[in-house]
Amino acid sequence: MDAILIAESAVNGILLGGVLALLALGLNLIFGVVDIVWIAYVDLVMLGMYAVYWLVARFGWSVWLAGLAAVALMAALGVLVHLAIIAPILSSPPVNQLLATGGLLFFVQSFATFLFTTDHRSLRLALPTLQVAGMYVSFARLLAFGVSLLAMVGLYLFLTRTYMGTAMRAVSQDREAVALMGADTRRIYLVTSGIGGAMGGLAAVLLILQYSVHPHFGASFGPLTFMICVLGGLGSMPGAFVASFLMSEVISIGGIITSTEMAYVVAFVIFIAAIVVRPQGLLGRRA
Amino acid sequence: MRRAVAAAGLAALALLPWLPLGGAHLYYLHVLILIFTWAFVNTAWSLMGRFGLVSLGHGAFIGIGAYSAVLLWNFWRISPLIGGVVGVAGAAIVAVVIGYPCFRYRVVGHYFALVTLAVGEVVRLLIIAERDWTGGSLGVTLKDAAKDAGGFSLAALQFADKRVFYYIALAVWLGGLAVWRRVDRSMARSAMEAIGEDETAAACVGIPVTRFKLRITVLSAALCAVGGILYGQYVTYLNPETLAGIGVSLQVVFAAVLGGMYSLLGPTVGTAITIALAEYLRVAFGVKLLGMAETIYGLALILIIIFLPEGLYGTLRVLAIRRRATATAPGR
Repeated sequence: MDAILIAESAVNGILLGGVLALLALGLNLIFGVVDIVWIAYVDLVMLGMYAVYWLVARFGWSVWLAGLAAVALMAALGVLVHLAIIAPILSSPPVNQLLATGGLLFFVQSFATFLFTTDHRSLRLALPTLQVAGMYVSFARLLAFGVSLLAMVGLYLFLTRTYMGTAMRAVSQDREAVALMGADTRRIYLVTSGIGGAMGGLAAVLLILQYSVHPHFGASFGPLTFMICVLGGLGSMPGAFVASFLMSEVISIGGIITSTEMAYVVAFVIFIAAIVVRPQGLLGRRA
Repeated sequence: MRRAVAAAGLAALALLPWLPLGGAHLYYLHVLILIFTWAFVNTAWSLMGRFGLVSLGHGAFIGIGAYSAVLLWNFWRISPLIGGVVGVAGAAIVAVVIGYPCFRYRVVGHYFALVTLAVGEVVRLLIIAERDWTGGSLGVTLKDAAKDAGGFSLAALQFADKRVFYYIALAVWLGGLAVWRRVDRSMARSAMEAIGEDETAAACVGIPVTRFKLRITVLSAALCAVGGILYGQYVTYLNPETLAGIGVSLQVVFAAVLGGMYSLLGPTVGTAITIALAEYLRVAFGVKLLGMAETIYGLALILIIIFLPEGLYGTLRVLAIRRRATATAPGR
C-alpha cells in the first residue's frame, strides 16, 4: 500500500470529519436540550440540499444566496417540526418519541421520492482540486471543514457567552429546576430547534457542494450521525467533535485498505463495542 | 362465542384457496401470503417491542435467516429445511452476542434502539461487501430445484403451486400468534412488564433481568429468521435493501405500531393495512405515485404515536372492553 495514498485518505478523513461534526452538532444540540433524538434529522438536511439545488439550478440564484436561504428555511423547518411533532410528545415514553421521528423519516424520504423522483441531482460546480505535498485535496471538502470549524466556534461562543445560550445549557443540565426558576422552557426549546435546523441547513449547503442529492441521501449519513452523537456522549459537544473525526478516519482509511462497506462495518462495530463498554460516550457524563 | 367467531374465520381462511375466483385468484393469494408472512414477523417484533425493548434492527435477523437458507441451497444444494435451522441458529447467536452485553451493562431505551440499528446496518453492509457470495446490492436469485420434481419439492421448499405457500404461511402465522399468547400468559410477561417499568426495582425483587430480556430477544430474533426464510423461499429473490438494514426494520416497527403492539392481533392488523394500501396504490396508480404509500405511512405513524399510542386495533379493543365493562355493571 502506497504511503501517500494512506496519507491522502487520512487528510480526506479529517475533512469529511468536519462535515460529519457539523451534522452531529446540530442533532446533538437538540438532543442535549430537548432530550429527543431526531431520527429524521439527516433527512431534513436532505430537504435543505434540495432547496439549494432548486434555487441554484432552476431559479439561477448564486450559491451564496441560495445557501443563506437554505439556512433560514431549515431554521424555520426545525421550529415547525418541534411545534408539530415534538411538542405534543414531550412527556411520552422515549420509545414513542423515537417512533414519531421515525415516522417523520418515512414521510420526508417518501414525499421527496414522490416530488423529486429518485434521480441523483448534483450542482456540478467545477470546484478546484488542490495539490499539497503530492496529495490531492478537494476544495469543497476543505471549505466544508473550515466552515464547520467556524460554526462550531460560533455555537460554543453562543452557548457560553449569551443569555439564551446559558439558559439552553441550564435546561440540558436539569430541566425541572430551570422551569422552577421561572424560565420559559418552551421558548428555549423553540430556539434550540431553530438553531439545530440552521446548523442542518449549513451542513446541507456544504454537502450539496460535494455530493449529489437524492431522496435516500439521509440513509447514507443518518445512521452514522446518530452513532457519532452516541459515541461522543449524547449531548456532549466536544464528544461529538472527537467522535466525528474518529469515525471519519476509520471510514476514510478503512475504505482505502478494504472496501467502503467493510470500513462502515468496522465503524459500526466500534460503535456497538463502545456503547456497551462506555454507554455515556467517550466524553459524556453519566446521566 | 369469541371462539366460535375465531373458528369460523379460520375455516374461511383455510377454504379460501379453493374458491373459484378466476384470474384474480392468484393475485389475492399472493397478497395474503405476504400479509401472513409479514404479520408473523411483525408479531415476533412486538414480543420485544411491547416490553419497551424497541429494536430498530430486526432486519438483521430476517436477512440472516433468508440469506442462510438461500445461499446454502444455491452453493451446496443443502435443503432449506437444514439451511433454515442454520439461519435460525445464526439469528439466535447474533441476538445473544448483541443482547447479552447490552442487557448486562444496561444499554436501554434510545441507546438500545441505536445499537440494534447499527446491527441491522452491519448485516446489510456485510451482505453488500461479500458480493462474490451474496450478489451484493444486485441481490441473489434462488436456484430452481431439479425440473423432474414437477414444481413440488419438499426438500427444496419450492412449490410452483401458491396454495402450498398459502397454507405454510397461514400455519406459520398461527404459530406466531400461539407463541405470543403463550408469552402473554406466562410469568415471563409479568417479569418483563416489571422490568419495562423499572429495571432496578425488578432486579431488587429477584427477577433475573438479563436472563429474561435475553430469552425474549432470542425468541423474537429466531421467529424473525423463520419469517425471513419463508419470505425468501416464496419470492425466490433476496436483496439486502429489502431484507436487512434500516428500511425493512422500520417497516416492521411501523406495521406493529400502526395496529398496536400491545395486543395479540394488533401487528397483524397493522400489516394487513400497510400491505393492502401499498398494493392498492401500486395497482391503481402504478409508478405515477411512487413513494405515496410510504408518505401516507409516515404521516399515519406520526399521528398515531401522538394521538393513539395503543395503535388502531389496540385502541378499538380498549374501547370495546370498556364498553363491555359498563354494560355488565349498569349500576355504575
